[in-house]
Amino acid sequence: MLKIENLHASIEDKEILKGLGIEVKPGEVHAIMGPNGAGKSTLSSVIAGREEYEVTEGSIEFEGEDINELEADERAHKGIFMSFQYPVEIPGISVTNFIKTAINSNRKAQGLEDMPANEMLKKIKEKAALLDIDMKFLSRSLNEGFSGGEKKRNEIFQMAMLEPKLAILDETDSGLDIDALKIVANGVNKLKSADNAVIVITHYQRLLDYIVPDFVHVLFDGKIVKSGTKELALELEAKGYDWIKQEVTA
Amino acid sequence: MNLKDKLATSFSVLENQIGGTDPVSNIRTNAIKQFETLGFPTKKLEAWKYTSLNSVLKPDYNVFAKKEKALEYKDVKQYFIHNIETYKIVFIDGVYSAQLSETSHEGLDVCLMSEALSKPKYKEVIETYFNKIAKEDDSLTSLNTAFTKEGAYIYIPKSKVVEKPVEIIHFATGVEDALLIQPRNLVVVEENAQVQIIERHQSLTAHPVLTNSVTEMFVAENAVLDYYKIQNDLQSASLIDNTYISQKRQSNASVHTFSFGGKLTRNNLNFFHKGEYIDSTMKGITILSDKQHVDHYTLVDHAEPNCESHQDYKSIFADKSVGVFNGKIYVNRIAQKTNAFQQNNNILLDDTATINTKPQLEIFADDVKCSHGCTIGQLDTEAMFYLKTRGIPEKEAKGLLTYAFANNVLESVRIPEVKTRINKLIAQKLGVDLGFNF
Ligand SMILES: Nc1ncnc2c1ncn2[C@@H]1O[C@H](COP(=O)(O)OP(=O)(O)OP(=O)(O)O)[C@@H](O)[C@H]1O
Ligand SMILES: [Mg+2]
Repeated sequence: MLKIENLHASIEDKEILKGLGIEVKPGEVHAIMGPNGAGKSTLSSVIAGREEYEVTEGSIEFEGEDINELEADERAHKGIFMSFQYPVEIPGISVTNFIKTAINSNRKAQGLEDMPANEMLKKIKEKAALLDIDMKFLSRSLNEGFSGGEKKRNEIFQMAMLEPKLAILDETDSGLDIDALKIVANGVNKLKSADNAVIVITHYQRLLDYIVPDFVHVLFDGKIVKSGTKELALELEAKGYDWIKQEVTA
Repeated sequence: MNLKDKLATSFSVLENQIGGTDPVSNIRTNAIKQFETLGFPTKKLEAWKYTSLNSVLKPDYNVFAKKEKALEYKDVKQYFIHNIETYKIVFIDGVYSAQLSETSHEGLDVCLMSEALSKPKYKEVIETYFNKIAKEDDSLTSLNTAFTKEGAYIYIPKSKVVEKPVEIIHFATGVEDALLIQPRNLVVVEENAQVQIIERHQSLTAHPVLTNSVTEMFVAENAVLDYYKIQNDLQSASLIDNTYISQKRQSNASVHTFSFGGKLTRNNLNFFHKGEYIDSTMKGITILSDKQHVDHYTLVDHAEPNCESHQDYKSIFADKSVGVFNGKIYVNRIAQKTNAFQQNNNILLDDTATINTKPQLEIFADDVKCSHGCTIGQLDTEAMFYLKTRGIPEKEAKGLLTYAFANNVLESVRIPEVKTRINKLIAQKLGVDLGFNF
């Protein structure tokens, strides 16, 4: 589904990703861990198509197609979704109106008519219920004044509405209380199928108890330096990153 | 003949036409002298520093339309707030259209300036209010005063709460190659009365149209006036709007100006306080493209204690459009406990667009709360990216962010249908389907 090879990406002439590779197949869950500043959010932004990052080398393929030249919205139309580590506050536009615009933009790209209002409402209600979100909450301005946890839950609500093929969840767990973590993880699991895939970026093993990964990767200094199964996450939790740094620099 | 000379000649013609019955004859004569002395404003004047009238004064305007053209309601329905009941005062090329209008004398007067000037029963009101707050040292206002002939006359007696909004619409049809229209409106809202007015100037022709409008409004004790200006004219039309509002104790007046169209628009908006506990609101959404030019020039004269004024202008400029915001707040020495707020936020979508913004606070009282904030920025790239990752294309994302930026100005609009209409005009102006109903 997603195949990244030797990816180099820079921002303002500073190279952040330095030859990164990863392959994600349909039905898989991948976890990416790594110290602060390693390039995890950069990787998700580059996959999602943030223009400020320049890909200087390597390739990103999605479903066999090189997507490097595609705009962020075109990547979304292909089924790529990114849950932001820091969701953007947009005063003046409600969550509901935002998601309606997003859904209909995606449908338009697929050559479909706007989703009928009643169908839209039904879907919104259903997904809000899945994530235990109060309908009143959805009439508030997008992310404006939302608590950290509310922002994250709202990201997953959008994911649930858009039903992407590949979801990249960048530290969705940070800011969530324990109950919310379970609700959100449960939501993600419910949306999981053999046809779609998830990349979870996290600092904590705890999330991986709920969203169980098939693979765990360590991203360090712009590269994937170690990959393994879920046991690797436990090992990182116990030992930190020093031993990896030593392995890398050795 | 240049326009100034032509105006002098036309003035003589008008005087002869009206003859000795004219109750405002002296005012008129003084005004034309005033105009002749001052001439058209130029960029040399501080108040016109960023707005040149040169190009709009060039066409050979007819000062009065000589030909007539009728319009069918169905052809112009779209310019009315047609999904609600309204009073209508409609002019075609400056001439009253009885066919399109719905005036009234039942419990109020929603009628014509020409009527008020010619009938004895209005004499007292005319004597009390006409040309009492319009600025004489403003040459364009004086020009309008000199040519006072037609416009809206609205008189709301004590305690009358008018249920239906009043629509004032001016159409220009292009029967003349170039037309100068000078509407003169008078609005009197007596104690405890309430009225809502919607105004629109709409050209239907590629021929140049210049409107120089003056509106005087008097809001008595405890009265409420809401005034909505929809400026979405064709590229061939320019507008100079001079609005003067005088408020008495505990009255509430609001003016919302929505500027999306026209070649050049200048809005001179003046509030004068004549009592305590007055509330004045000035709000605006301006969205410009191409080479459009809009200049908002506001003045609030806080002459009395315990009054409030709220200004919030949000503007978006694309292409080579130019905006000017000049907001003057004057707080008199005795106007203690004044609350005056002014906000002017601008977004430049292209680096070829320009905004000149200048808040002017002159505060002579010490116990006051005055604030002003002015921002000029671009759309947030982070927010753009966020929207695009949700599948919203660049153009729609821009539209949505622009809409989000401006739409809180609509919160204070008290006619839902006007709100919906403005939302639609915004979407239309931005060239996007925002994907939802407002
Ligand atoms: N605009 C920029 N200019 C310069 N450096 C940048 C810019 N944006 C990000 N960086 C740098 O890129 C590096 C990688 O940042 P990134 O956000 O991808 O890290 P991360 O792995 O997600 O970290 P965290 O765990 O703290 O979220 C950091 O050193 C950061 O300072
Ligand atoms: Mg990060």
